[in-house]
Amino acid sequence: MTGRRSGPETDALRPHAHGGNARHGGRFPSIVDAIGFTPLVEVPRVCPNPNVRLYVKLEFMNPTGSVKDRVAKYLIEDLESSGRLRPDSIIIEPTSGNTGIGLAMIARRKGYRVAVVVPENVTMERRQLLALFGAEVIDSPGHLGSNGAVALAKHLVAKDPRFVMPYQYGNDANPRAHEETTAEEIIADCPEVDAFVAGLGTGGTLMGVGRRLRRHNPDVRIFAAEPLPGETVQGLRSLDEGFIPEIFDPGLIDGKFLVSNTEAIESLRELTEKEGIFAGVSCGAVMVAAKQLAREMEHGTIVALLADGGWKYLSEDIWTRDLEADEEVVDSLNLW
Amino acid sequence: MTAVRIPPVLRQQAGNQKKVEVTGSTVGEALESLLGTYPGLREQIFTADGSLNRFVNVYVNGRDVRYEQELATPVGGSDEVILLPAMAGGR
Repeated sequence: MTGRRSGPETDALRPHAHGGNARHGGRFPSIVDAIGFTPLVEVPRVCPNPNVRLYVKLEFMNPTGSVKDRVAKYLIEDLESSGRLRPDSIIIEPTSGNTGIGLAMIARRKGYRVAVVVPENVTMERRQLLALFGAEVIDSPGHLGSNGAVALAKHLVAKDPRFVMPYQYGNDANPRAHEETTAEEIIADCPEVDAFVAGLGTGGTLMGVGRRLRRHNPDVRIFAAEPLPGETVQGLRSLDEGFIPEIFDPGLIDGKFLVSNTEAIESLRELTEKEGIFAGVSCGAVMVAAKQLAREMEHGTIVALLADGGWKYLSEDIWTRDLEADEEVVDSLNLW
Repeated sequence: MTAVRIPPVLRQQAGNQKKVEVTGSTVGEALESLLGTYPGLREQIFTADGSLNRFVNVYVNGRDVRYEQELATPVGGSDEVILLPAMAGGR
């Protein structure tokens, strides 16, 4: 960080960013309609290059606290419009938490049943939120990570016709949610965007935002931050059991950064300390990637998407652990 | 010497090593050096036509080489090469 950016006086002297044209706040007929319209906030105190403006899109401002509310809304609307929901249907989805929480909340509001398949080692807070929104929680083996959840959900769908799976990994409604909402908001608030950074999970954010930003400006570059998986969450028997989400087109992005939990958490703590932003672990990885990109750019504007808030990770002691002493334990946690 | 980190799924064919020291000034040479010691890995890492298996990701200092110079990506000194299986992510 450069010293000249550290005080409130210098912040006041910074030219005001684009005022923004996206809708924020407002009045809505239901919580489902209040999804999206999240703020874009500049984070100069963590940006390592004074010639680069770094903005973060705060997806924890969504109703259940994550970007996945956008996806869940589109997935359920896709089921509705394709006529796949019957009175006895149970919406089932493999998820390590956030998509399930979004689906469960919307299903509550709309009166549908939801079951989610989650790796058994997801954080306690996610389990509690799923339960309070009324989702049935089905555990998949923790050492198989999200791969295991996907496989178990597919198995259950094949066995019981009541299960209807929106399947975020292969459903174009997932990237479309970002193409039609997330990316539109970014363009409205920050038309000068040169680079976009987001975490790589299903690939929905990167594909959808990437598609729309490229139409806005073909030179926009798209970067992914990926988690370095711990030893204990790589329970594959062969490489052929590996998984590339059907919606993910590796040709649409310009680079991938692999980030360990320890590096991600260090960056997360810095974001909280210097900018007062309390975000989830994958956001720390996104910040690692965004800062590296900022160092490599001569000048320009980066938008980094912060997928969720820190609340759901409190039980893992993310903000207080001794990272040096606990590095091996921390890097083996399944926090994405 | 460059270190290559071997994921659990490939360790059986790599003498149960977590990390293997290799020589070479590019990713391609480093992987050939690894396969010289552990030839059983070849059909896992490469396809029949010699390109990288789509289910394996190779990183140099945390950057996916598919977006750098692929097998020609330079390595050396204290660089760390990480091999990882493609896995599901997302929430």
